[in-house]
Amino acid sequence: MQDESLYLIFLNAAVVNNFVLALFLGICPFLGVSAKKETAWNMGLAVIFVMLVSSVSAYGINWLLTELDLLFLRLICYIAVIASAVQLVEMLVKRYSPALFRSLGIFLPLITTNCAILGLALFQTAKEYDFVQSLVYALGAGGGFMLALMLMAGLREKLELARVPSVSQGAAMSLMLAGLLSLAFMGFAGLGGSHG
Amino acid sequence: MAESPNRSASVPPPTLALNPQETLTADTFIRGLWKENPVFVMLLGMCPVLAVTNTSINALGMGLATTFVLVGSGVLVSLLRNWIPKQVRIASYIIIIATFVTVVDYGIQAISLELYAALGAFIQLIVVNCVILGRAEAYASKQRLHTTLINSLGMGAGFTLALLSLGTVREILGNGTLFGVPLFGEGFQPWVIMVLPPGGFFVLGAWLLLFNWLRLRKERKVMQGSGVAANAG
Repeated sequence: MQDESLYLIFLNAAVVNNFVLALFLGICPFLGVSAKKETAWNMGLAVIFVMLVSSVSAYGINWLLTELDLLFLRLICYIAVIASAVQLVEMLVKRYSPALFRSLGIFLPLITTNCAILGLALFQTAKEYDFVQSLVYALGAGGGFMLALMLMAGLREKLELARVPSVSQGAAMSLMLAGLLSLAFMGFAGLGGSHG
Repeated sequence: MAESPNRSASVPPPTLALNPQETLTADTFIRGLWKENPVFVMLLGMCPVLAVTNTSINALGMGLATTFVLVGSGVLVSLLRNWIPKQVRIASYIIIIATFVTVVDYGIQAISLELYAALGAFIQLIVVNCVILGRAEAYASKQRLHTTLINSLGMGAGFTLALLSLGTVREILGNGTLFGVPLFGEGFQPWVIMVLPPGGFFVLGAWLLLFNWLRLRKERKVMQGSGVAANAG
């Protein structure tokens, strides 16, 4: 059991070891959905929610598999349960907010194949967080993801108006921006301890 | 991931074998290396590409592990393509992929603990690499065994090539070594940022810039050749 304080866990997951900019998890949605601030916001909310759901389910699965001594099935169970959780969110969103469903488009099901979600489940298991710590970790990771996504979206909206050389249009430019953001986030290193 | 419109307009979309059964040609293999390179052209599976390429050994290990999963799951999906019901195909593919990833995970742990520690959670995260699920859905589920085998090998080789092209550049610039062998003398001052997270973004961005430049130059030549826009800026 870890005795890290909740505050440090949150800070660590959100800025110091930001999932996108320091750990490289969830790059696809980070580059794909960051063209507009509004979509980025919605995507961020969806990711936070799915992270909380998968964190809870991962905690349960890990407990169960440890009891049954079937740890080699952990990866398969994680991915299956997380996929179902995402399906659930998708159905709920479709039912209660068709507008949100349309703006997220194909990215909601793609959250399933988002390594940030599975990464969260694997990391919280590796770090042996208890239930509350896992929840805070999920919240921090989701918040950090949203922060990175919003920063990126803001920058890209500004860039729409800038004249950039034709070679650097598209993904190359986004990657350079992400590099600069990542450089800035390195400044947080050491703030919340150095746990990976 | 989605691409901006101006990019997808100029890059021909990857032709995913519209003919039901592709015949085996050299192109089945080579396509994955260059024309449909999963990383540089399709921009898939970016997370491991950026995360584990700080040294060339890590890059090679990750590339081989991904190739193994790609080939293994491709072969199994292709064999089972007539038995898997359409409605549950994605779930079935994911379970198949997760099985092979578990094999790789334990395999690497048995072969080299050092590599296992360096790659960390990213071995298990191969399961959510969109290249693999994408190939299972778009290719292996429709094609015969031998073409799938060759095509998966090509894709895996293309992925490994992309990882190596990042890993070697980052290791040389950031550490002054290649596969752990020092290249420069004592006086070399390493460009440390290149082996840290921002370096991954910068090097991949630089590769894409290079490819964009080559593509634009080719397009300009074609346009000048046909005389359509001889005096366009």
